[in-house]
Amino acid sequence: MLQFDFMRYAFIAGIFISLICGVMGTFVVARQTSFFTHTLSEIGFSGAAFGIFLGISPLLGMIIFTMASALFIGISGDRLSRRESSISLFSGLFIGLGILFLSLSSKQSSYATNILFGSIVGINIGNLYSLIILSVFILIVITLLFRQLAYNSFDVTGSQYNQHLNLLTSIIFLGLLALTISVTSQIIGSLLIFVLLTIPASSAKYYTPSLWKMIFLSTIFSLGGIWIGLYLSYVTNWPVTFFITMIEALIYCSALIYHQLQISKSLLKN
Amino acid sequence: MNSMIEVKNLDIQVPGKQLFKNLNFTIPSNKLTCMTGENGVGKTTLVKHILQSFKTKDRRININTTRSKTQYVPQLRNIDDEFPLSIHDFVGLGLRQSNLLWHTKSEKKLLQDIIEKTNLATIENHPLGAASGGEKQRAFLAQALCAEPNLLILDESTASLDTSTKNELLVLIRSLLVEQDITVLFITHDPELIEKYADYVLHLSHLQAELIRKERRE
Repeated sequence: MLQFDFMRYAFIAGIFISLICGVMGTFVVARQTSFFTHTLSEIGFSGAAFGIFLGISPLLGMIIFTMASALFIGISGDRLSRRESSISLFSGLFIGLGILFLSLSSKQSSYATNILFGSIVGINIGNLYSLIILSVFILIVITLLFRQLAYNSFDVTGSQYNQHLNLLTSIIFLGLLALTISVTSQIIGSLLIFVLLTIPASSAKYYTPSLWKMIFLSTIFSLGGIWIGLYLSYVTNWPVTFFITMIEALIYCSALIYHQLQISKSLLKN
Repeated sequence: MNSMIEVKNLDIQVPGKQLFKNLNFTIPSNKLTCMTGENGVGKTTLVKHILQSFKTKDRRININTTRSKTQYVPQLRNIDDEFPLSIHDFVGLGLRQSNLLWHTKSEKKLLQDIIEKTNLATIENHPLGAASGGEKQRAFLAQALCAEPNLLILDESTASLDTSTKNELLVLIRSLLVEQDITVLFITHDPELIEKYADYVLHLSHLQAELIRKERRE
């Protein structure tokens, strides 16, 4: 299987995607903004379609759209991104815009549908390099600002009063999220990035209350899902996205069962 | 008497309402001062004004410490039952002695000392979401202590606690005053706690404030 370039690229891409999703996902789940993350990936789709329409690179279109939205949400406050009605509005609006840009552009639109559903086995060496460079950039920023980001994500109220430059930290976080989504959706699709940014971290938090273990476990859950999914897809010829989503769902179910068992155990003890 | 906060001729308005007019008061340093007043008199607004004065450089408010050595423990915090982080890691979010990815040796020691002092050692690895109301308040206090503050502002920290838990928390706060150079401003409605633990009371009413000295029954 590894004699094929595209499989090797996919396995390597999996490492970097898991690393950024492990950390960013832990923060996303702590902030309880999973649905905003979903909206952001749809905004990304719209941006890619816009990029194709203008004839610039779809990645650039995505970065522009998601960054602009992140900045807008960062400045107007988290509350807007949590409101159900505004989430529905933005999702609908941007998918609609995406469809418009696609139909206006005479060029082939298969790339844009790739962005929605992804094709990790379809990446070339150029995609891989841009993924690695942007992932390393994201990881460096996280390393430098780790304490600020952790405080800002895990204690929204406390950090609001007691952390210097807290609003800027929120905006930087949303910027990183926008970048994560743009970088990864062109490879694995908006659907899958939403899964990888929320499910592994949501599962990890049922296994451990320690911040570092949470990040480690969610990275492992992402990587396991991607690698096993790639293998199964290679063997069966079924879509890899399906396998990864199924594996993550199984991990989440087992985490819930584990959590329930822990609760009943502690109830029995008392 | 040394003062931690001095306020002179301060006016505060919110849309449609004058909260304070020509307000003057001082908060003595290294003492426990309770701030009282009817609901809506503007206690929290006043505190937020004081916190913002670090940034706005408001000359009418003079504080004898820095912003990073001032910690505000808000009344409400969005920590629900599902909150995943352990008490140890939640408290550790307040550490800012360095900016490294990991905690330094001295930070680890400080964190452990604080966790022991706030009686959280036996439950430090439990998720904060599963902790009781009193344990949560102690964890909030512990997180604020990680910044090694000179000024600690507690906003109704005992509001949802039962009598014995309230008293435990206040005994803990009083012990901090003795051991560390710390000034506590405690917003509360609770006459029993004020009677037992306060050095001073800052009573807010009718656009004004009055500082009253208390004789504590030890």
